Amino acid sequence: MTITLVLLAIIMATVIGWLLRQSLSSEPWNANDPVENEPGRGVLNIDPAKIGLLSFLAVATSLFALFMSAYMMRMNLGDWRPLTEPNLLWANTAVLVLASFAFQLTRNAATREQLSTVKIGLVAGGLFTTLFLLGQLVAWQQLNAAGYYMTSNPANAFFYLLTALHGLHLLGGMWVWGRTTIRVLSGADVRSVRLSVELCTVYWHYLLLVWIGLFGLLLST
Amino acid sequence: MAYVAIADRDHEIEHHDPTTFITKYVWSQDHKVIAIQYGVTALFVGLIALILSGMMRLQLGFPNSFSFITPIEYYQFITMHGMIMVIFLLTALFLGGFGNYLIPLMIGARDMVFPYMNMVSYWLYLVSVIILLSSFFVTGGPTGAGWTLYPPQAILPGTPGTDWGIVLMLGSLAVFIVAFTMGGLNYVTTILQARARGMTLMRMPLSLWGIFVATILGLLAFPALFVSAVMMTLDKVAGTSFFMPAIMSMGETLSHEGGSPILFQHLFWFFGHPEVYIVALPAFGLVSDLLSTHARRNIFGYRMMVWAILAIGGLSFIVWAHHMYVSGMNPYFGFFFATTTLIIAVPTAIKVYNWVLTLWKGDIHLNTPMLFAIGFIFTFTHGGLTGIFLGNVVVDLPLSDTYFVVAHFHMVMGVSPILVVFGSIYHWYPKITGKMYNETLGKVHFWLTFLGTYAIYLPMHYLGFLGVPRRYFAMGDTEFIPESAFVLNQSITISALFVGVVQLLFLYNIIVSLKKGKPAGPNPWRATTLEWQTPDTPPKHGNWGDNLPVVHRWAYDYSVPGYHEDFIPQNVSPDEAPVTEEHGPDT
Repeated sequence: MTITLVLLAIIMATVIGWLLRQSLSSEPWNANDPVENEPGRGVLNIDPAKIGLLSFLAVATSLFALFMSAYMMRMNLGDWRPLTEPNLLWANTAVLVLASFAFQLTRNAATREQLSTVKIGLVAGGLFTTLFLLGQLVAWQQLNAAGYYMTSNPANAFFYLLTALHGLHLLGGMWVWGRTTIRVLSGADVRSVRLSVELCTVYWHYLLLVWIGLFGLLLST
Repeated sequence: MAYVAIADRDHEIEHHDPTTFITKYVWSQDHKVIAIQYGVTALFVGLIALILSGMMRLQLGFPNSFSFITPIEYYQFITMHGMIMVIFLLTALFLGGFGNYLIPLMIGARDMVFPYMNMVSYWLYLVSVIILLSSFFVTGGPTGAGWTLYPPQAILPGTPGTDWGIVLMLGSLAVFIVAFTMGGLNYVTTILQARARGMTLMRMPLSLWGIFVATILGLLAFPALFVSAVMMTLDKVAGTSFFMPAIMSMGETLSHEGGSPILFQHLFWFFGHPEVYIVALPAFGLVSDLLSTHARRNIFGYRMMVWAILAIGGLSFIVWAHHMYVSGMNPYFGFFFATTTLIIAVPTAIKVYNWVLTLWKGDIHLNTPMLFAIGFIFTFTHGGLTGIFLGNVVVDLPLSDTYFVVAHFHMVMGVSPILVVFGSIYHWYPKITGKMYNETLGKVHFWLTFLGTYAIYLPMHYLGFLGVPRRYFAMGDTEFIPESAFVLNQSITISALFVGVVQLLFLYNIIVSLKKGKPAGPNPWRATTLEWQTPDTPPKHGNWGDNLPVVHRWAYDYSVPGYHEDFIPQNVSPDEAPVTEEHGPDT
């Protein structure tokens, strides 16, 4: 459970630390307390949708960390036979990096309100992501063909489970990507999709990070 | 483009009032309607769980007298009772019900930040409840694995409900977790970003602090249950061996090998312990507000109360293995988890002292909500003290798996939160419905419930000391269990059935008062918090009419010296309420 505890400790420390800072110097019982009467005190200068996304990323972090903890605890038991990861995963990783890169470019273009670049960037990001997902499916098939069945060993089962979980999170992102792309291609104003583009970018970077963590764990064991 | 706070651009945001019956009451995005939907659904399943507990008590008090209760059904009743009460009643009611109703009203917002997601959250919760209840009607019935669902027995033949029951249970939990996450993201974001002008975090009523921190705990802890549910489903359906060791079942060697049941226990309790506080923290918060309002006195040590909530929330993640002392562990781990467990007693005790000190020299109005709040202090202290026994490894080992544990957790996270639920429903009923409940019936309900629960759970501690094991269908002839234990069991059963029936008073009261209750007026308790200052009672869609409230003070300005009323609402400015004398936090 060490991974989980470390990650959750970081999340909790951030939350609790911020909340304590809000409260240490204030005297809430005093209606004239200058600290409490600062305008806008405590409201973060961030769009609510971003707070929602960041909170969701905290949930997802907890989820992935717990799966990784379970992986590492299960790994130490006698029947664990590590599998050889298909080399295709390296190519998939590269494609996912490209997707993340495309989203970053899109976000930058959206801030500068360059509609044409946003269009290209969104389509490219979506294409790379689809390619990654297809690549993962092919990797599954290769493993299956090589005889690494889900039930034959927990290492295989974890491989399918973790990659599926990561893929499902990407698919969820693709839903938002799809809605944003349709709006942009059907001529919506750049400003109206800027927030969605930014949220997608953060989400894709996060999932790239998660994938690198997962891939590292799978490779090293 | 700088971000402008929601409260500061209220007039630029378009507010669409729902027009049809369906959008108003069924597919509603209004937090108040969703809260009531959550509340009614939770109370409904809670009632089912209550009936199940009555059936269990019938068997325990009068073994072999009822042919319709076989061991199979007994275990199914235990399991469903536990799971429904902890998750589908308490978690859903405190966060989905009270959280939804109170958050926007108490912070001075028009609604949740993501109303659509809020609506989906309720409907998914309903789906999870339907999946859960449907397991009563499938082949083999619901699972009888106990609410902890420990593998390997949870999915092996011999345990009731291994055909479909366990799969439906795990599926229902997974859907519930998705529903909770949608709601939870809403509660956190709304509290952070939609507060009215002047409503700083430290001016929030403690109810919101409890709900806020409990939601954070839920968001981080429920994934552990999700992980264990997914992996156990795969073990059951796909034949993997995450948790399943090599095992013989019914004379056959199964294909599973090498899995670790202990791994499941770690994951389950990594969720299971924070879950205790997911239920307790909102109760702590709500009860603080009830005590302060009805004692006409500011809450004692507000900042300390907030920090205690944060400390309990943080600590609740590093105590989980105290549920696993009997599973066997490295003695140093046991020492570590015993220590962290006992440390939790410190912030918790601070809260109890502060509640009592809030009552000290207060102008106590012993109406129904107050009675329930004071009752909570008793039952919670009681359950907390037995928790200190069980937190120690050496004391836990003999008491674990006896009725002492049953008594402990029912006192601390069954009776105590439920007393707060009742107190809070009575307290906010006038705002939710605009009508007053029947005070006499409410008081009768309190005294019968409060004394009745003691008649149920006090003797259970004694049974535990005798060594009477929990989870057994019948004791049979056991040498170390004296005859008196059986008499005691009968008395417990009679009390339990009595307390169960008494809850009809509550249902009668809240249903009949809808029609016959006297109009309550906007602020019958003369309370300070914002939900009592709405222009309409019950509040209309959008809550605040044309203008959002502006907050000038904390939630506990009761009996302020030098002011002509004994309460100053949070939206009254210092100019409107000049106070002649200086007053500190604890005068």
